[in-house]
Amino acid sequence: MNMIKILSRFFGGLFRRKNNLKIGFYGPPNAGKTSLANLLCKDWTGEELGTVSEIPHETREVQFKEKVEIEHNGKKMMLKIVDTPGIATKIDYEDFIEYGIAKQEAKKRAKEATQGIIEAIKWLDDMDAVIIVLDATENPYSQVNLTIIGNLLARKIPVLIVANKMDLRKANVKKIEAAFPEYSVVGISAKKATNMDNFYDEIFKLTKRV
Amino acid sequence: MTMKKNSKLKGFSIHIMPYSEIRELTITERVKKILQLVLGNRVVILQGKLRPEEEIRLIEDTMAMVDHIKTFKGIELAVVDSYRDDSSFFLKMRRGIARGLTGESNSLTVIGPASIVKEIKKDPSKIEVFFG
Repeated sequence: MNMIKILSRFFGGLFRRKNNLKIGFYGPPNAGKTSLANLLCKDWTGEELGTVSEIPHETREVQFKEKVEIEHNGKKMMLKIVDTPGIATKIDYEDFIEYGIAKQEAKKRAKEATQGIIEAIKWLDDMDAVIIVLDATENPYSQVNLTIIGNLLARKIPVLIVANKMDLRKANVKKIEAAFPEYSVVGISAKKATNMDNFYDEIFKLTKRV
Repeated sequence: MTMKKNSKLKGFSIHIMPYSEIRELTITERVKKILQLVLGNRVVILQGKLRPEEEIRLIEDTMAMVDHIKTFKGIELAVVDSYRDDSSFFLKMRRGIARGLTGESNSLTVIGPASIVKEIKKDPSKIEVFFG
């Protein structure tokens, strides 16, 4: 490798570390990834990232916002926020019909959802750090969660786990902490914007590990 | 591992797969072999477990097949570690990655077509497979 390439990689890496770190939002469908990404983008850019819905697989394409500058406790950093479709092992168009969606549209959504999952997986390699968003009312031991975290561990990508939906009575952050004791877990409600100070503290800690 | 069967259910079989059956295969071949069995309405019980990159590839290829095969809805997948020790997911996973040959771990992996395996409920030491 010639000297120009070495210097370019060195300074490129330095620049990337300081600016526009790619932070991916990953997790199962309907955990609140887009709600949280929206909250973060709205707080710091004034604009939301995507639409949210109670219907699973509402996010069927990777969507991102560049240059999201976060300022917290006197510290600043620039992020690229990457919101990904929820990863699942099965897609059935009939599940969409149960939400009142017409058959043709349901089939179209199912097709888009499968392609969205493939796209989300392909983006994994590109992330500097990942926020795994889990629904705190659900069992954390689902294989999809373990598969995502296992892949991030194998790729040495720093991870923060967010236990979302803490506003719901069934939510249990301790169960998530017990399942993944080596990871930082922060309980929040993206819907009610609660515990966001701790969330931002954890984001700064996460990016230090990149 | 508990299996609960719906009495109306028919037309599937269970394929017990020793790790030796896939040991010499590449990732692509392993995933292809498993998916071919699943597409043939077989519930695969694999001795050992897949590596993380194989699991995610299995999901990726499953989605590609859901997209192309009209009647295929996807899979249910679960891994259970049979040894009861205090090591966490993180340590088990690190141990598995370091070991490379994940088939030598004391684990079982269940992979079944979603049309047959309705749900797999899992906690750290056991899984319940619901057919429906």
